[in-house]
Amino acid sequence: MSASSSDSPTKGSRWLTVHALAVFAFLYLPIAILILYSFNGPGVGGFPPRDLTLNWYRVLFNDGPIWDSVFNSLLVAFAAMLIALVFGIPAALALDRAEFPGKALFRRLVLLPLILPGIITGLSLLMLFRVADVKLSLFTIVLGHGTALISVATTEVFAGLQKLNRAQEEASLDLGATYWQTFWRVTVPNLKLSIIGAALLIFTLSMDEIAVSFFLIGRDNTLPLEIWGRLRRGITPEINAVSTIIFMFSLIAITVWYRLRTRAETPEIGAEFEETYQ
Amino acid sequence: MFSRAYRAAITVPPLVWVAVFLLVPYLLMFCYSFWSVSESGTIVRNWNLDNYHELLTKSVYWQTLLRSMWIAVRVMLFSLLLGYPLAYFLSFHAGKRKDLYYQLVIIPLWVSYLVRAYAWKTILGTDGVLNTLLQYVHLTSHPLDFLLYSPFAVVLTLTHIYTPFAFLPIYASLEHIPRNLVEASHDLGGTPAQTFWRVIVPLSVPGVLAGATFAFVLSLGDFLAPLLLGGPSGIMISNIVVSLFGAAYNWPLGAAISLCMLALVLGLIFFSERLEKKWSFR
Repeated sequence: MSASSSDSPTKGSRWLTVHALAVFAFLYLPIAILILYSFNGPGVGGFPPRDLTLNWYRVLFNDGPIWDSVFNSLLVAFAAMLIALVFGIPAALALDRAEFPGKALFRRLVLLPLILPGIITGLSLLMLFRVADVKLSLFTIVLGHGTALISVATTEVFAGLQKLNRAQEEASLDLGATYWQTFWRVTVPNLKLSIIGAALLIFTLSMDEIAVSFFLIGRDNTLPLEIWGRLRRGITPEINAVSTIIFMFSLIAITVWYRLRTRAETPEIGAEFEETYQ
Repeated sequence: MFSRAYRAAITVPPLVWVAVFLLVPYLLMFCYSFWSVSESGTIVRNWNLDNYHELLTKSVYWQTLLRSMWIAVRVMLFSLLLGYPLAYFLSFHAGKRKDLYYQLVIIPLWVSYLVRAYAWKTILGTDGVLNTLLQYVHLTSHPLDFLLYSPFAVVLTLTHIYTPFAFLPIYASLEHIPRNLVEASHDLGGTPAQTFWRVIVPLSVPGVLAGATFAFVLSLGDFLAPLLLGGPSGIMISNIVVSLFGAAYNWPLGAAISLCMLALVLGLIFFSERLEKKWSFR
């Protein structure tokens, strides 16, 4: 039982319900307005919305630069996801089962981009690329996103490892499998749900990322930077339309992620935040 | 059970990557902050303290830093005021709908930061949804212009963005409170208010600290919301850094400011960790 399930609704709990409703309204109001005005004929703003139309979606589908940037973002997100997983999974394994000098520092460094404002990650990498004479392009954005999001892969997989029964790996090794075989046939399958969850999360975060990309952008825009450029020039419901579409895709990703999450019964997303503080 | 080679294979690659792409860049930022820009616009590696001297003597820098911290403090307070009761409601009063409500808090986190800031811009502008609504219902005859391009707009938008960040660790810490402690308090005659203030609140302090740190740190470093919604009076310290790395072209000074921000953030994380440890060993 909890403090309240047996209580009849008290003044306090009624107040809490109203507060919760108000917070949800605050969180969802802008999203609702965004979607509503993507169908607004005259443009962004103005009350009441009128002349509902799909015109802005039509404009959007004929907008070459937007689709180029969507393609760039998908490319970046996919490559960043690979980097984050290729280095994040071993990093989680290392934190779980290896002792080495500087482990505490390593752990902090890996998780740091999770809590640091993006501007610091972005600028420090910009200086690295300047000194190393690397030309800014989508590739530098991939390196930036990949590096920042290793933190997500590491926390997700580390949480999965805490649930893993090491006896299985031990058995595999005792029965003559190599480490490589054990990794692919025992460790990875057991961590499958954590890895897929991490991959989805990394992909979505990279698709939306702007603070790091802002400093590492070359000639080709990612979608958030393309939107950013247009916002500075003036706003049209076309932005609402593309945002609505991204929102719908995010919803699908969340649903998939949540299904996996409940099946894996790994800690909730809060684990990432707590992790930083251990 | 794991061989030396295995441990090397899982340790070395991430270690190298993190060293090259995180450690070296932070060190470079440190170095840059002691360099300067020549008349011709090239970066000269003559080690000096001029940038730090400029930071301390020119009031625009530390005034903007103070204003950013004040904005961040407000965002932190509002996020906690919105996030804590919500987390408490979910953890103790939501019953079977807990999971659904939890998802509802998470979903806005997946909506692009930029898109949500932009949505507030369309709401608050002079021709925006709110102003035209107020005129439509004849509450005002002319648009209210303090809504957009003001620190108010920045605080509102950042609170909207960081409330879920504040909520998550608080909710996690409330969920970890053993329910039999709450029962014990009731059985021993504690009123609901006493139980809340003497049992639940103290046990949720670690979550509050984590949530507050997230909200403060992330809003302190924000530069997009101020650019989009802040106007001249809503400029934050990161906006100065952005212009120093852009049009104003003074990377060393920009690096010095970033480093101060980094030090502030790390100090705060360290402080909140210490506080949390002290609290949980009581």
